[in-house]
Amino acid sequence: MAKELWEGNAAIAEAAIRAGVEAFFGYPITPQTEVLEHFSKRLPELGRVFLQAESEVASINMVYGAACAGARVMTSSSSPGVSLMQEGFSYIACSEVPAVVTNIMRGGPGLGNVQPAQGDYFQAVKSAGHGDFHMIVLAPANVQEAIDLMVLAFDLAEKYRTIVMFVADGSIGQMMEPAEMPPMRPVRPPEERPDWALTGAQGRKPNIITSLYLGAENMERVNLRLQAKLKEIAANEVRWKEYSTEDADLLLVAFGTVGRVCQTVVREAREKGLKVGLLRPITLWPFPSGRIAELAEQVRGVLVVEMNAGQMVEDVRLAVEGRRPVRFYGRMGGPIPLPDEILPEMEKLDAECR
Amino acid sequence: MATVEIPADMELVYKYPESLTEAHTHYCPGCTHGVIHRLIAEVLDELGVRERTIGIAPVGCSVLAYYYFNMDFAEAAHGRAPAMATGLKRVSPDKVVFTYQGDGDLAAIGTAEIIHAVNRGELFTTIFVNNAIYGMTGGQMAPTTLPGQVTTSSPYGRDVETAGFPIHMAELVGQLPGAAYVTRQAVLDVPGIRRTKKAIKLAFQTQLAGLGFSMVEVLSTCGTNWHMGPLEALEWAKEHMVEYFPLGDTKMTDRVRALKEGK
Ligand SMILES: Cc1ncc(C[n+]2csc(CCOP(=O)(O)OP(=O)(O)O)c2C)c(N)n1
Repeated sequence: MAKELWEGNAAIAEAAIRAGVEAFFGYPITPQTEVLEHFSKRLPELGRVFLQAESEVASINMVYGAACAGARVMTSSSSPGVSLMQEGFSYIACSEVPAVVTNIMRGGPGLGNVQPAQGDYFQAVKSAGHGDFHMIVLAPANVQEAIDLMVLAFDLAEKYRTIVMFVADGSIGQMMEPAEMPPMRPVRPPEERPDWALTGAQGRKPNIITSLYLGAENMERVNLRLQAKLKEIAANEVRWKEYSTEDADLLLVAFGTVGRVCQTVVREAREKGLKVGLLRPITLWPFPSGRIAELAEQVRGVLVVEMNAGQMVEDVRLAVEGRRPVRFYGRMGGPIPLPDEILPEMEKLDAECR
Repeated sequence: MATVEIPADMELVYKYPESLTEAHTHYCPGCTHGVIHRLIAEVLDELGVRERTIGIAPVGCSVLAYYYFNMDFAEAAHGRAPAMATGLKRVSPDKVVFTYQGDGDLAAIGTAEIIHAVNRGELFTTIFVNNAIYGMTGGQMAPTTLPGQVTTSSPYGRDVETAGFPIHMAELVGQLPGAAYVTRQAVLDVPGIRRTKKAIKLAFQTQLAGLGFSMVEVLSTCGTNWHMGPLEALEWAKEHMVEYFPLGDTKMTDRVRALKEGK
């Protein structure tokens, strides 16, 4: 298929449609409303389900219900709405039904603003809801990657019967870029829904989907099973991209929009004679800790750049385990860190690590 | 379960519903949840839809309802059953979907979810058990607790000046255009139990005919947290709850009436 000009948010919705999403439940919030609007136009014309819910609490529970039925389903929101969904994330994780959620992050805390930000890293990666669980967290850096990861999100959600969060920021959601859509996958017919799903106990024992395990031992057994699954995900699904790391002796780590900005930083730094490489995590959970640990052996120092007060940098430090200095540069609440600001930080790191 | 040969000259008129499992319930002696479970099960058997019914249990004393109903079941977060039922039914329009909810679940934490599900005319059925108290957490004030009623969180009696008035959910929900059939019944004596069963049947028939949302509010007892014996609790409910929560239909569209009258 040829490249077309796509706006990020519409592309995310269309990619989900191509991936066979059967239902979307959501609530408007900037800067992701175009996701909902695209679904509202496309899903009815395809005979699929679109519903504007009364709140994000309702939309995530509609997703939970439809996921229990074994349907491919998703919701989408932005930071304040995602906070409201966290109860649902926890129930979905424990019940082990597949669901996809996008967070087109905006400035916070509180109502914040509608500018691009990455302040929800901790929420997505470390504290998605109460209890012990992780979501798989995917972070695209451009519109094409957003499309590709959206398709992957459904496959991972169903493969592991887990919740997959797709985090981007408003700048990816609202930028226009040439990108290629995958071909339309047929929607899975209801008679092919998975055997664990609630489809009516016809000629079989009833299926029960619950997150309630009253006995201590019982609850621990479920937790151990969930942890084993997370371990398997961590072993198989780590994704990242590297730029000019082969000979690098200074490492940049950045994700999403900032990861993209840092590609320019690598180029400009190299023009100045600094051997800088970039690692851009694509899965924020599971985190590419192993590869960062390897690169820590190779480089003199690491600079992490984010659109927050320093969140992913904690995971980088955990991976580096004190082998090398790990420094941080960030902007909060809307400003995107630009190469002109990042380059001096890189030079400082270079001087520090001589 | 024991099976018994039925002699040729006899007819089976009453049996254990297929829609119930053989599990013993954990409900307190005298609790009416068990009666209501049984009525739903009998209705689903009679309608022949057990194998395509999906229930959604609430958070409350009936949180484990899925152990007692012999059909596919999900367990919702507190108050969210109507949102789950919405998602489930929208992607499975040929299934029969119902939520089973208490008054804390439906009329406090889940008010937004029920109101909007009704307003959209979602094609599922809600069985709403009103026992005027939070049973599971040990007898705190519910949105349906009567004025002056003493609970563990209204030790001086519910003061309507500070805690508001009991909510009339059947009336509230019945007002919405998405509702096709809404009624309040009581399982406090045998005639009431029979009427409740008829109402539950009509509610499911409303769903099967695709006529809109249906809800049966059932006045119920909680002897344990009311600190009464089972019979005393039934009497108290008849004397005090029925007065405050009048029995009868709060919504019946013409099409539901025609269905009821067999037209
Ligand atoms: C979010 C959340 N808040 C509070 C609770 C605690 N809780 C469990 S059951 C319940 C009240 C249930 O009362 P009701 O719906 O009237 O049902 P009953 O137990 O009386 O049948 C509460 C407050 C919870 N489980 N989840």
